[in-house]
Amino acid sequence: MIRKFVLLSFTLGSSLLFLIQLVSLQIFNQNYSELSLNNALEKRPVYPTRGLIYDRNGTLLVANQPVYDLMVIPENTISFDTLELISFLEISKEELIGSLYKARRFSSKRPSVVSRQISKEKQALFKEKIWKYTGFYFQKKTIRDYSFPIASNILGYTSEINPTELKNKTDYDLGEMIGRQGIEKAYEDVLRGRKGFQFFQKDRFNRIIGSYEEGSFDTAPEAANNLTLTIDAELQSYGASLMQNKRGGIVAIEPSSGEVLALVTAPSYDPNLLLGSGRSENFRALANDTLAKPLFDRGLQAEYSPGSPFKTLNALIALQENVISPSTQFSCNQGHFYARGAFMKCHCPIGTSNNLLKGIYNSCNSFFAKTYRRIIEKDSAAAAGLDRWRTHLEKFGLGNYLGYDLPIGKRGFIPSSSYYDRWYSKGNWGPTTVISNAIGQGEILTTPIQMANFTAAIANRGFYVKPHFTISKDQAIKDSLYTKNYTLIEARHFETVIEGMHQVVERGTARIAKIPGIEVCGKTGTAENFIRLNGEKTQLTDHSIFVAFAPKENPKIALAVFVENGYWGGRWAAPIASLMIEKYLKGKVKRTWLENRMLKGSLQNEYLKPLSGKPFEINE
Amino acid sequence: MNNSLLFRLDWLSLLTYIALVSFGIINIYSTTFSDSALSIWNPASISGKQFWIFGACLIAMPFILYIKSNFFEHFSYIFYGLSILSLIGLFIFGQTISGATSWYSIGGFNLQPAEFTKITTALVVAEFLNGIQRDIRKRNDLIIALLFILIPVVLIILQPDAGSALVFFGLFFVFIREGLDMRWLFFSLGLIVVFIATLIFKPLIVSIGIALVTLIVFGSFKKSNIKLNPFLYTLGVFIVFSYSVDFIFNSVFEQRHRDRFNIILGLETDTRGIGYNINQSKIAIGSGGFSGKGYLNGTQTKGDFVPAQHTDYIFSTVGEEWGFLGSSFIILLFTLLIFRIIYRAEKQSSAFRRMFSYAFASILFVHFFVNIGMTLGLVPTVGIPLPFISYGGSSLMAFSLMLFIYLNFDYNRLS
Repeated sequence: MIRKFVLLSFTLGSSLLFLIQLVSLQIFNQNYSELSLNNALEKRPVYPTRGLIYDRNGTLLVANQPVYDLMVIPENTISFDTLELISFLEISKEELIGSLYKARRFSSKRPSVVSRQISKEKQALFKEKIWKYTGFYFQKKTIRDYSFPIASNILGYTSEINPTELKNKTDYDLGEMIGRQGIEKAYEDVLRGRKGFQFFQKDRFNRIIGSYEEGSFDTAPEAANNLTLTIDAELQSYGASLMQNKRGGIVAIEPSSGEVLALVTAPSYDPNLLLGSGRSENFRALANDTLAKPLFDRGLQAEYSPGSPFKTLNALIALQENVISPSTQFSCNQGHFYARGAFMKCHCPIGTSNNLLKGIYNSCNSFFAKTYRRIIEKDSAAAAGLDRWRTHLEKFGLGNYLGYDLPIGKRGFIPSSSYYDRWYSKGNWGPTTVISNAIGQGEILTTPIQMANFTAAIANRGFYVKPHFTISKDQAIKDSLYTKNYTLIEARHFETVIEGMHQVVERGTARIAKIPGIEVCGKTGTAENFIRLNGEKTQLTDHSIFVAFAPKENPKIALAVFVENGYWGGRWAAPIASLMIEKYLKGKVKRTWLENRMLKGSLQNEYLKPLSGKPFEINE
Repeated sequence: MNNSLLFRLDWLSLLTYIALVSFGIINIYSTTFSDSALSIWNPASISGKQFWIFGACLIAMPFILYIKSNFFEHFSYIFYGLSILSLIGLFIFGQTISGATSWYSIGGFNLQPAEFTKITTALVVAEFLNGIQRDIRKRNDLIIALLFILIPVVLIILQPDAGSALVFFGLFFVFIREGLDMRWLFFSLGLIVVFIATLIFKPLIVSIGIALVTLIVFGSFKKSNIKLNPFLYTLGVFIVFSYSVDFIFNSVFEQRHRDRFNIILGLETDTRGIGYNINQSKIAIGSGGFSGKGYLNGTQTKGDFVPAQHTDYIFSTVGEEWGFLGSSFIILLFTLLIFRIIYRAEKQSSAFRRMFSYAFASILFVHFFVNIGMTLGLVPTVGIPLPFISYGGSSLMAFSLMLFIYLNFDYNRLS
């Protein structure tokens, strides 16, 4: 009888149907395992604390400190004292309501941030009251802790990665700290360490309900490495104070190693400004200051005409190219006519005759204009002469990136023959057209670090080591990265020029830079500069420039100082350089009268002149 | 007789029952397991409650086995009447839990009369059809038997608990077994096919399909000179049905009802709203793989992703933690139990006892089919428990009682 089998076959049919479905769900379909993992597991990163940064003497510059985010789980909140909370957070009632609304919209069961990066002092005050705020709690985070308010331009800063950047950096999580500038950015991989992961079991509301498999899949974070900078914190700090109320930069390099001892830019900012809850507001203020440009590193990024210090390079090239000798004499009568109707002024009295040494320490424009002319005219075509001159300069690290280990920089500019061919059409230019290059004006542009670097090359008598900011513990890495880059100038020519630079300080334009007991070599510079003001090319007060190294034999420090609109080189730049040298070599500055003059000296009035909207005097 | 009880008892069914309930308690424990969970037999936990109810059932079992089979026969109308009264009483004294007034709350214990009404209805239908001159093939007897079913169904739908009401239609299998015209079965199956087809295709297309199928069937019977009219009637009924389904589905049903069907039929993918349960249940089961994630290690289970996981969706925990092995084991146990009951029912000397046993098997089947089908995403969401496994005191007690009555009938089958 068939009816006896109806229920049997229904049962059997359903069972088979179920088994088939089970096979397809559990055995042939792998997607479900993945879905289930996404569903129920939370992979939570554990960050190692960021690496510490020390200066060359082992002084701790950058450490870490805890800050606290105030979190809320909206579902758990009960009514609370709004007034007390907003006065603690220092936000308006609307902001609090807004962030609570946003939190609730995100999830009523998962935590959201109410207020970010509350300092540990503030948090400690509020901690005793937090029990009244059911549903709120503090979540610890670490941010940077700066021991001194210096070197923000070198160190850079850190901030939370933003969603746009996340698309390219898959290794980061939202809210993770990332290095933004300077060392923090350049050495991100070193300082960051490797994060670990903890796995948590979630429930259907995405709440964490415990660790997954007792943490058997968790990985521990790998500690970050600490960094030692080449910077001398004391010298850096001293440089910054000398530069206060001025604009410009100081770059000091140890010539033998290429280690940067100090990189000062002025004005700068306290690195603590870019920490904690005020970060974005402070950053906006700094970025919006388009006049003083505190975020602009003048030591690395500012391209100036090098001015007279450039004469030392022209002297070296002329000697090497054998177009002059140390005894070559050129006349100067308060300047000279270098072409018909074209006169180059100089401060030498009428009837002066300068040899190389005198030419350097008196910074004679006529001498170097004539020297430069010989360099260019050595070949029949000016183009070949100019390009050979350019090759020499490239070997001093000019006209291109130096390749140091900070993420910003400028190439500077050394004109080539093709550049002038473009400007004047081929063959329509000659030595007189480009004569300004002789005295470091004209088309040439250099950054202060390039100037410090060529000074180091002179100090080394013919080579430089790529400037850098960190000291590697590994000698092999050090040796491979930091080799000697030789110039095309023979060592003997340097001695002549160095003697000239020594005389600059002994009896020339920078006698103020003389330090008892130290043989200082230097070269002043006074560079004309122009801006476009209301559509008109307007000349501003000259830049005050000084490059120097010391001691003369076996130099320990080479530096370039640039003070914008400081007038002549001996006025600001030379004293500052000299004080830096004294500080570094002797540890203490005895010439307090000079020190005070520099510390108190301000150029703020000078910087206000072009803004006043009225006609103004320059070089007064 | 005392001695022979042990020999004549259907040990296979009893052991299957014990295996299923024990496995159920283990899995209920898993659904509530956390680091701070109470022990498995602590009465304060739900697995503990289930454990102690199971214990009580086992204690009650010998008493039920010793009752004379006649007792159930004689008192079937009274039991039925009482259970109907208890269903009516719900409208006055009932406890409303998640929208359905289905429970009496007695001393902190919630009792669901609908579960027990399944037993009394099975008894009363068996007793009625066992009466002299009663024959399910007679129209009046069929109507009365259907009325016995429809009274509790209507009362339960009003609670509202459509899922539990649906189960009563399982008794249809008893009617089929007892001689109801097989055409009713084909007709019902036809209606189901048309129903589903109408949801997928347009009524016009379905009508054309029905016409084609009817022609083919008609064509194959042509030689035996069967009347044309029944086919035309059937054709008409199906087409009208198809259009009315279309109308009812789109105009009478609420959106949530429509959604349940649409998701199963793959007409709509929605993993957050109504489709959430099914999707999460499938993820849980699918992620179990061949041998499961291991007991107490189900991440879906721990995270409470599947709603009602200790009750209606308990099978998803089985699938996740015990994998294909565990799930198919449960399916085999149920198949075995249902087969066994049918097999033994056929050996009954008494039609009453046979019909009751058959009713038990039918009700078990409907629960099994709807519940597991639902967790596997094959059947629209209908909230009924998986017998013996799902958490629920009334359900466990009612199914245990039904099994014990079956055991009683079974060892008395020759008397």
